[in-house]
Amino acid sequence: MSDAPVALEIRDLHKSYGSLEVLKGISLQARDGDVISILGSSGSGKSTFLRCINLLESPSSGTITVAGESLKLKKNKDGELEAADQKQLERMRSEIGFVFQNFNLWPHRTVLENIIEAPVHVLKRSKDEAIARAEELLKKVGLYDKRHNYPSQLSGGQQQRIAIARTLAMDPQVLLFDEPTSALDPELVNEVLAVMRDLAAEGRTMLIVTHEMRFARDVSTQIVFLHQGQVEEVGPPEKVFGNPDSERCREFLSSHI
Amino acid sequence: MDLQGFGHLLISGAWVTLQLALCSLAVGLIFGLLGASAKVSSSKVLRAIGNGYTLFVRGMPELLLVLTIFFGSSAVLMAIASQFGYDEYIELSPFVAGVTALSIAFGAYATEVFRSALQEIPKGQKEAAVALGMTKYQTFKRVTLPQVWRIALPGLGNLFLVLLKDTALVSVIGLNELMRQAAVAVGYTKEPFTFYVAAACIYLFLTSISMAGLYYLERFANRGYQGAR
Repeated sequence: MSDAPVALEIRDLHKSYGSLEVLKGISLQARDGDVISILGSSGSGKSTFLRCINLLESPSSGTITVAGESLKLKKNKDGELEAADQKQLERMRSEIGFVFQNFNLWPHRTVLENIIEAPVHVLKRSKDEAIARAEELLKKVGLYDKRHNYPSQLSGGQQQRIAIARTLAMDPQVLLFDEPTSALDPELVNEVLAVMRDLAAEGRTMLIVTHEMRFARDVSTQIVFLHQGQVEEVGPPEKVFGNPDSERCREFLSSHI
Repeated sequence: MDLQGFGHLLISGAWVTLQLALCSLAVGLIFGLLGASAKVSSSKVLRAIGNGYTLFVRGMPELLLVLTIFFGSSAVLMAIASQFGYDEYIELSPFVAGVTALSIAFGAYATEVFRSALQEIPKGQKEAAVALGMTKYQTFKRVTLPQVWRIALPGLGNLFLVLLKDTALVSVIGLNELMRQAAVAVGYTKEPFTFYVAAACIYLFLTSISMAGLYYLERFANRGYQGAR
């Protein structure tokens, strides 16, 4: 563990759907530059956990802190947590990048329009400034020549790279990736992983839910293995992949490599 | 076709018909969007209002709606006015009453078109917007609404064509639109066939123009959707 400042801290996060408890108290800390991969079989709660961090799902209890600022939460009438201060939530969401499994680009806007939308309308940057930054990011993900295309004209891998560029355009403190390559044809996976490798090498703070074990092993500073809504194993990749304490983790990894 | 000098009467009627249809469209679209938003709202009260609106209006002949609003509004306005000491006869102009009735009717049907369009937009696109820090209103205005138009356009176009012809109903409360002007000409000339065919041709002309306009609107709205989807 480094001494870098804490970028993201989650404490004792619980989430229930009715009587089914899918997250049973997950805590996690990411320091600046950490790349944390979250592994686990389907149903272990890993995507739900990620989505709770920026309140795409409402947690039942727990605390969320980004760069020292705690998200203000209150119970709603269904007993779930919601933002007590909508303005704060919107600001904190703009600091937390989220990359979806299904890209979720807006089909009615060109690639460039997709990327500048939030910088212009959330960060209130000038359009020229946003375009300049977007073009820089498009070069970085290797899709500058597609800037005037619509998403439907691109492959899945290209769409995901655009979605990553759209997220980066907000200069987020932390990047959350929710199975970013799971919806892609196998031959398109590597182009997306290559972009993510570059981001990790730049020292960006990332939380990645993934099934790409080799990738997780190569880029992560820390691996978290979830099982039935709990952290079953946590540690540096050499330890988790080489000699995990948990028998379940060992079984999971041996069946996924 | 010899219109015996009544041609200008039909043209002025067609102009009123067009104004009536376009005004009702504009107001009706607002009713439709409000109705659909109410129907998909998380609030029970709003959902009940939305459901009640479409139930009553769609369950009523448009003609009845036109008559009810014209005569009903007059009674209501006079009742209010008498509270302030005015006892004169007040009524809405036939045009205003017509726009009110037709836009309420159009809005009820448009509510259903908008509702299904709203539900067709993948949830993930709204999630992407809020995850970037956009407000609910920004998400609605910049992500949902532009796509709702695209999906709703064919259905709304259909409704507009129906609306254009429903304007004829407003002739019963004395608005000098196309249908009434044709009837006036028939009254003078005793040549119903000539003038009703002429009116039919004008309605056909107006709907043809509308269909051409819709075609271009749809083509514009569908840019970016070729290929996938």
